[in-house]
Amino acid sequence: MATIDYHWQQFSFGKKIARFSVYLFFITGFLFSLRSVEVIPEFLYDAPEQIMDLLSRMWPIDYAFYPLTVHEAIIETLNIATLGTLVTLIFAIPLALMNASNVVSSPLIHWISRFFLVSSRSVNSLVWALLFVAMFGPGMLAGVLAIAFRSIGFVGKLLGEALEEVNMGSVEALRATGAPWGAVMLKGYCPQVMPAFFSIVLFRWDINVRESAVLGLVGAGGIGVVLNDSMNLFQWQEVAMSLLAIFTVVVLAEILVINIRNRLI
Amino acid sequence: MSSVRKLLQVKELKKEYVSGNPVLKGVDFSIEEAGLVAIIGPSGTGKSTLLRCINRLIDSTEGQIIVNDVDICQTKGRSLRKLRRQLAMVFQEYNLVERLSVMENVLSGRLGYMSTWQAWRRNYTQQDINSAYELLGSVGLAEHATKRADSLSGGQRQRVGIARAVMQNPSIILADEPTSSLDPKTAVEIMELLEKFSLEKNIPVLINMHDVNLAKRFATRIIGMSNGYVIYDGQPKGITDDHLKEIYGGESWLD
Repeated sequence: MATIDYHWQQFSFGKKIARFSVYLFFITGFLFSLRSVEVIPEFLYDAPEQIMDLLSRMWPIDYAFYPLTVHEAIIETLNIATLGTLVTLIFAIPLALMNASNVVSSPLIHWISRFFLVSSRSVNSLVWALLFVAMFGPGMLAGVLAIAFRSIGFVGKLLGEALEEVNMGSVEALRATGAPWGAVMLKGYCPQVMPAFFSIVLFRWDINVRESAVLGLVGAGGIGVVLNDSMNLFQWQEVAMSLLAIFTVVVLAEILVINIRNRLI
Repeated sequence: MSSVRKLLQVKELKKEYVSGNPVLKGVDFSIEEAGLVAIIGPSGTGKSTLLRCINRLIDSTEGQIIVNDVDICQTKGRSLRKLRRQLAMVFQEYNLVERLSVMENVLSGRLGYMSTWQAWRRNYTQQDINSAYELLGSVGLAEHATKRADSLSGGQRQRVGIARAVMQNPSIILADEPTSSLDPKTAVEIMELLEKFSLEKNIPVLINMHDVNLAKRFATRIIGMSNGYVIYDGQPKGITDDHLKEIYGGESWLD
């Protein structure tokens, strides 16, 4: 008995060609970029040795260095992160409101807020720090502002999206009572967006703790300054101490944030 | 000249969401006295649109809606908000603020009488607080006052929704499918509650519904809508199978 052989294939010939050319594109791209980074073979083969050498110079960690400068610097780093996050809110909350289509309906205002949110995000916090160091001189203020300006885009965008997910039924019900705009914001939007708000702010603070540790490299205060100085003086045991301090603070911040978030939501 | 004061008058009301495709094609009726007015009709015939136009949650395209001798379609800002206080709404999905307490949801019926600053400070008058507690008692939820709204069942939430509406001290209550998300027993209880407040406060309650039997049982007047027009307007006992056929189309569902 003859059976019928059905012909089936997932991709047509054209699609197969297209898929193959995508693979080809990535592989050639990878090979070309390998050539353009110009890896120097001697340095590459040397690397494991260098790593071991660096680690041996870092060991033992210079714990005595901690009370001298690291402690103060790490507190300053935390201050920069926290203050920066708070300053962000001053700008991010209004921009988030302007960006949420169910709060403001004017497309012009959406574009204005989007412009500020995107420009805040498109500049790295190190670059912001460089700008503010140039404007306000080195120190904590530049760091706080760098953190704040980098975070506006992040907090504003996420908060705006959270606002757009609010249940509009409740908002409508309050509007129907004749409540003024501000009261609708307070009693309708606010309670609904609160959990998301805290979660976003805590998350950003957590990121900011890590980012502010680096800002000192360009003179914007905090643990980065200490790290940079020790590196320039080849004091690797002190560098190790600073790195350990940063690592500990980041882990502690993470644990703290998880705990608070679980309790709030 | 009729000496009867009209609480609400809807004249030649038209609404099109898409230009050239009207949902309401010219609705006329007026409300002169207290009682339950059921608006019945098939889905998509514009019952919700009608109620939402009256409170201006959506803007009508043409026509007049006269409340307190003022055309609400022409008002905006403060004067619109003042009229909205007179037109309390009850929703199918209750539309409470879920994360706030039951008490605060009831009190939010007073927000139309307060400034934003007073709302921020929760500066409700003692009188408001007293009447909120009385209302919660009369809808049978006194012991739930401090619970969060999202911990209540559907029927309980709708009671809170009704308490919030009555809290507004309205001259009309507009209820948009208030029983459609509820089981039959709870639906009847909610209707009884609306009937009770209508009598107690001596105000009319306009109720959208699609349950004809429930409408016949509770309403003092039925407005039948189909295709964007009012087709029947009168006593519940005056509505015949022919009317229902005209409103809903078909007849196999009738017996």
